[in-house]
Order: sequence, then structure tokens, then C-alpha cells
Amino acid sequence: MRCIKCPVKASVELRRHNSSFCSPHYLEFVRNQLARNVKRLRMFAPEDRILVAISGGKDSLALWDLLLEAGYSAVGLHIQLGIGEYSVRSAEVSQDFAQSRGAELIEFSLDQELGMGVPLLSRVLRRPPCSGCGLNKRYLFNKIALERGFTVVATGHNLDDEAATLMGNVLRWQREQLARQSPSLESNHPQMVRKVKPLYTLTERETASYCLIRGIDYVVEECPNAKGAHSLLYKDILNRIETESPGTKQQFFQGFLARMRPALQREQTVDLLACEECGQPTTGEVCSYCRMKDRVQNYIAVNAPNGASRRDT
Amino acid sequence: MDVIIRNPVRRELQLQGSRRVKQLLKELDLNPESHIVIRGESLLTGDEMLRDQDRVEILSAISGG
Ligand code: SF4
Ligand SMILES: [Zn+2]
Ligand SMILES: [Zn+2]
Repeated sequence: MRCIKCPVKASVELRRHNSSFCSPHYLEFVRNQLARNVKRLRMFAPEDRILVAISGGKDSLALWDLLLEAGYSAVGLHIQLGIGEYSVRSAEVSQDFAQSRGAELIEFSLDQELGMGVPLLSRVLRRPPCSGCGLNKRYLFNKIALERGFTVVATGHNLDDEAATLMGNVLRWQREQLARQSPSLESNHPQMVRKVKPLYTLTERETASYCLIRGIDYVVEECPNAKGAHSLLYKDILNRIETESPGTKQQFFQGFLARMRPALQREQTVDLLACEECGQPTTGEVCSYCRMKDRVQNYIAVNAPNGASRRDT
Repeated sequence: MDVIIRNPVRRELQLQGSRRVKQLLKELDLNPESHIVIRGESLLTGDEMLRDQDRVEILSAISGG
């Protein structure tokens, strides 16, 4: 199979685009996708200060690499979640990447901020690890962006992530989540920073291929808590359909954005208030992050006045 | 040929005879949408022919969370 742009042998085939590319032309394809997505959804402009959420996985590092290469001001933010070896390795990989590019990486530790990492948090809240983890990440990305003068938060979510989330939301008909699911979410409150997902048109295989060709070392291992997650099941199902019918994932998600989401958005009229404790946007009086933090602090006061983290192993 | 699978747990196996990348994935029941096959430094497309003396790596591209 040849590259569609030059006579060289192809290294990446994209069946849903009827294309195949050699490595240099594949990189060009990915860069063009990013540029097109940023422009089409007006995600950010050259003068924006972008905070990139860095997990150490292929998607976040590919995104950071692409933004830096395109000349954007893009600072990384890595939150150490305290999930054993996985978190240690994720921090190392993120630091190494930042160093190799001479890029700025802000590091934040849940253990320091909250007094405990994700595993103990899950037990204290009696909720699955991903629930507390997600709440903290969403809150901290927004808060740190605001405090440090960033105008937009970018995450590495890819087409598979978005299609799997959409499938989950549709299977449960989660109206509110559906109305909010977007690769470019405008701020709807002065304390809320715009959130964008510039890689939403690229599949996981495509972001991984980008990293491999660019020689970016990323964390291949899974977070141990992802095992058995619904999202993995949905991704697998969608990929089986995709193999038989290339383009399905893209049609599913893009079709939703073009035809379904506008209707859902029109119905949505939630007024956001400022949290009484932290000032961040919330629909109630106290935001879910502050409510969680109260529970954590109660737990620490009762069970581990000298610090909960040491027991969190 | 030597096949190293990182899915992400690493396993290694040996196979006899030539076959194309897409046939290899099919035999191993790995979805071509979520796996990347690499030989040396090169990423391979599905139609690439693999020979007995080749050493290939199959990488899962899926992450959870
Ligand atoms: S899989 Fe769950 S616990 Fe692990 S990083 Fe993702 S959201 Fe957090
Ligand atoms: Zn080419
Ligand atoms: Zn609050």
C-alpha cells in the first residue's frame, strides 16, 4: 500500500478516510486535523494561554506536542492521583516529555491538596475510584487555570473517548450530560474556563500512531481502575462495528454534534451560581467538590489526624 | 516469526509461515481498529506481508478512564 500523497510505502491506513499515508505525510494529516478542528470550533487563538491536561498517556502527550509545535503557548498540568505504580510512572513520563521540549509542566498532587489519593478517597466516599478522581480533575483543571491566568483548558480526548461516552449517555438517556457533551465548551460562568478537545476527530489508533512516529514515550499501561470500566466495553463494541463499517464512530459522534446537540442545548437553561465556599460555579449552594472535601476532612480528623496518606497504601 | 503482544500485558509467541498483517490480527483475534503492528521502526498497514524471520510487535491503542 502506497501513501496517497507520494510514492513511498504507507505506514498508516485510515479506512474511514479511504487514505493511507507514509510517516511524514501522516504527521501532516494529524497537524491538519488539529488546525482544522481548532479553527472550525473556534477553540482558541494564537494569543490564548492554553493549559493542557497531561496524564502521561498517548492522547495528552500527542496534543501537547502538536500545540507546542504549532507555536501555541501551552503549559502542561499533571495531577498526581496517588494510584500506585501507575501514578509514579505517569508523573515520570510527563516530566521527561516536558524536559525534552523545554516546556513548562505544573505538577499537583492530590495527596498534598486533599490529604489522600484516589484509592482512599474512593473508600471514604464509598463511590467507584473514577467518580472521585473525575470530580477532582475537573475541579482542579478549572481552578488552576483561573488562578494562573489561562484562558482555555485543553484535554486529549479522542474520537473513541467521545463516541464511547456518547454511547453511554445514549444508553441511559442522560439528557444533561448529552447537552454538555461537546469538543468545545464555552464558559457559561465567569469562574468557568472554556474547555476544548482538539483531537476529537482522531481515533486512539491514530493518536498512538502519532506518538510512535514522533518517538514520544507515553504510558502504555492502563490505570488499574479502568479495568472493567463501561467505557472500555463501549469502545470495543464500537470498534467491532467500525471494522465492518468504517466511519461509523465518526458519523455517530459528528452526527450527534450536528443534528442532536443543538436541540438539546436549546432546552437547557440551568442557572449557575457561585459556590458559597469556593466561589466556583455550581447549581446548588455548595459545589460537589467542596461537599466532597468536607467529607474527606471529617474522615481525616476522625481516623488519621496525623495525615491519612501514609495509610493509603 | 516472533510476535510480541503488548495488550498492555506483554506476551510473546512464535508462528510459522508468512501471512499478511491483517491475517495475523485475525488469527490472534485482535481488532485492527485498536491495534498497531510494528516491525523494527516501521508501522505496518494491513496488507503488509510478514515473513518467517520477521519480528513484530503488536501494540494495543486502547486506554480506559
Ligand atoms: S481510570 Fe478512573 S481512577 Fe484511573 S485515572 Fe481514569 S478516572 Fe482516574
Ligand atoms: Zn507520503
Ligand atoms: Zn466549592
